[in-house]
Amino acid sequence: MTGFVFDRRTLLAGGGAALAAGALGIPVDAQAKSLSPTRSMRGGSNNYRAGAPIVERMGGGGFWMSGTVRRAGDGKPLEGQRIQIWAHTTEGYESDWESHGATLTDANGVFRLEMPQIVPAFGQAHGHLAYDSGDFETVFLRPVMASSRDKSLEAHFVLKPA
Amino acid sequence: MKVRLSRAAVTWGLVAAVMATPIILAATSPLLQWRGPVYIAAGFARIAALALMLAQPLLISGSIPSLSPYRARRLHRWIGGVLVGTVVMHVGGLWITSPPDVVDVLLFRSPTPFSVWGVVAMWSLFATALLALMRPKIRARVWRNGHMALALVIVIGTVVHALLIEGAMETASKTALCVLVVLAAAKAMFDMHQRRNRRSPARR
Repeated sequence: MTGFVFDRRTLLAGGGAALAAGALGIPVDAQAKSLSPTRSMRGGSNNYRAGAPIVERMGGGGFWMSGTVRRAGDGKPLEGQRIQIWAHTTEGYESDWESHGATLTDANGVFRLEMPQIVPAFGQAHGHLAYDSGDFETVFLRPVMASSRDKSLEAHFVLKPA
Repeated sequence: MKVRLSRAAVTWGLVAAVMATPIILAATSPLLQWRGPVYIAAGFARIAALALMLAQPLLISGSIPSLSPYRARRLHRWIGGVLVGTVVMHVGGLWITSPPDVVDVLLFRSPTPFSVWGVVAMWSLFATALLALMRPKIRARVWRNGHMALALVIVIGTVVHALLIEGAMETASKTALCVLVVLAAAKAMFDMHQRRNRRSPARR
């Protein structure tokens, strides 16, 4: 399990928070309280099908979708959260029922599901993830692969209680 | 006569090869095995459109030998109509494949950076077709400037759209075709500008 994907936004936010905290001498747990919830991405809910089953593996596998689920504010890892995953893969379209599956987070808030290789569709190799169980606000993510030859993709959720 | 004919044959052959190569290479793309016929047709409509966009400025600037200006102009007009058809096929095929993605694109809220370029080029192409239909009723200068401005948007929009996409087209042949489309359009526009200035120096 690799760590977080450090994109420009997390880097700026994290760096800014660390700078501000350091300058003001705020204790560490107060910094963690600033963890803001993940916002849904544009197009994230496209071809979403409610209620995909929890599966051991989607299709023939060979590709790994993974990530973490934490609580907004204190950043506590959330166990047993259901994350739904779908994509255009070597085995089907996004809209095909077989392209949809779900998995649960472990005690560390980590989820990991094996699925068929994601292939570029509609111009980009990308996946879709959803948190839609209701205890927290629904979030739809649409991460894009750095290279379409990648064998894995990550997405991270920070959820706000509903 | 003999020399002119062979030069014409070479030009025709070159243009045909440049237009056909990206289509042939795209037909060997591994992505096709994971796509259905409608999605594949939508992709190839767009590739054909990009190739035809190379022919358009060449025809109108008189760069294709052994074709009278009248014939070239008629072919240019006809291909213009075909381009509208290919774009309708492209968008229609994608719509059938994944409706929500196409709706997002048409409403300018898609997460993909390339789609807005395609939509702008599409509307400019439709506007050009409309302008061409109204041509008998509008002034020559309005037509010329209108068509030129819209053609510029179509070329830039289409090329950026195509280059930013990871799809069935092979990268090198796609890039080469895009560069040639831009060069051909630039040359046709420059020639047109020169010709007009030569014809009416008093207006400057």
